[in-house]
Amino acid sequence: MITKQLSIFLQNKLGRFAQVASILGDAGLNMRAFTVTENADYGIVRLIVEDVERAVETLRAASFAVNLTDVVIISIPDKPGILAQYMRTLADEDIFIEYMYAFSNNSHANVVIKSNDNQRCNALLESKQAESL
Amino acid sequence: MDEAGVTPDDIQSIDDIRKLPFMQKKDLREYYPTDTFAAPIKDIARFHASSGTTGKPIVAGYTVHDLECWAEGVARCLTAYGVTREDIVQVSYGYGLFTGGLGAHDGAGKIGCAVLPTSSGNTAKQIMLMKDLGTTCLCCTPSYALFLAETIENEPDVRPEDLKLRVGVFGAEPWTEGMRHALEQKLHIRAYDIYGLTEVSGPGVGGECEFQNGTHLWEDMFYPEIIDPVTLQPVEDGKEGELVFTTLTKEGMPVIRYRTRDLTRLIRERCECGRTAVRMDKILGRSDDMLIIRGVNVFPSQVEAVIMEMPEVTGQYFITVDRVNNIDTFDIDIELKPDYYGDNLSTIERTKQQLSERLVSVLGIKPTLHIVEPGSIERSMGKAKHVNDKRKFKN
Repeated sequence: MITKQLSIFLQNKLGRFAQVASILGDAGLNMRAFTVTENADYGIVRLIVEDVERAVETLRAASFAVNLTDVVIISIPDKPGILAQYMRTLADEDIFIEYMYAFSNNSHANVVIKSNDNQRCNALLESKQAESL
Repeated sequence: MDEAGVTPDDIQSIDDIRKLPFMQKKDLREYYPTDTFAAPIKDIARFHASSGTTGKPIVAGYTVHDLECWAEGVARCLTAYGVTREDIVQVSYGYGLFTGGLGAHDGAGKIGCAVLPTSSGNTAKQIMLMKDLGTTCLCCTPSYALFLAETIENEPDVRPEDLKLRVGVFGAEPWTEGMRHALEQKLHIRAYDIYGLTEVSGPGVGGECEFQNGTHLWEDMFYPEIIDPVTLQPVEDGKEGELVFTTLTKEGMPVIRYRTRDLTRLIRERCECGRTAVRMDKILGRSDDMLIIRGVNVFPSQVEAVIMEMPEVTGQYFITVDRVNNIDTFDIDIELKPDYYGDNLSTIERTKQQLSERLVSVLGIKPTLHIVEPGSIERSMGKAKHVNDKRKFKN
């Protein structure tokens, strides 16, 4: 499915991410997945939450720079070689992956993908998923 | 005068003013608090004082006549901006020793405007009163106006179109054309410069007119000259240099050839508005605010001009200069508008690169840029502090 990812700009300062986490925690907002991309001065937290609208509102109210990006989320079996098959499907259709991150819960792996064509990426992955069921 | 070898007989025409020595801020400090006053204290109706961040402040004394002339200067400015007695004028300059608040107050009062003396600070209340009373004219520093505009943008209950604001009267610090465009767009106003300084009088030594192409100086009260700040010789008309004033009507604390440290040029050509009062160009910088970084002269206003032309940034900036291992460091913190942070570092780096290239071409020296979080650069209620020079020995 296609969902909204939050991208939060943070300067590299001690405790900055702790603040983000506590603001979301205090608002009762659960983080489902995140990754951080950074350089020496600053970083961007890419974050998946359940209640996107409220999370954005809460963080912006605390003066954080939050932007929304469409990403594709797919859940696949957590077995060797499965991700390779899905990735090949995308490559065969000329879809570039700009970035991705994943986490597994033993039976399944959830993969978050930002591609150059999220609509096609999502359609391809979902049909592949239906095929393998 | 004795040291300069000048006697009253030497002064026959206005050109002889060049024979007189200069007055500087340090002279006023040295004769703190009132030794430069020309009127006895019993004739003084009011005191003001400069902020005096270093050492003793400068105390200015005004007679009743001085206060009348001062209000006249401000009233002329407001009239030139199209303000009439129908207007509601919100004075968000600080009231007190600072000349901004009471200066604007008395000028607006002279015209018969409804004055709303909010003073500076308490931004939420400022905006509430601005909306509820229908303020049409806002007087404050340009940096506070930018802060008000940003606050309004983030305030869901107030939109600029709900406000009745039409005129902005901004002064007490130099600002750029880029800042003007930003303020005019954000607040839906026409933004005008008002110029002045406590040592000479206060705000209203001069102001722009509806053509916004130079600040008219009220020459009947303040005689302006432009000098070369190094040789101290007058420069040719139209050339850039340091602005110097001699007061012609002041009784309390008159000044002779007072060096403002403001760098500008005088425009003698007749203005389209019909006013014959000489105009000065925008203030390029201050001869004492000028930073010499690795031997290059840098004015904070140049940095501001570049930043203001980039759509990605908020217009807030902070310059830090230091010396590490005998080499000057030059760092600028810049905020992006929230939408421009995006979801990847390369976009931010690209914006940073563009800014850096632009700054190098204007300044002739490469600053180290730091993109910081929105809202993290301290906002000022009064005169903005844009520079921290940590070097021990000023060059």
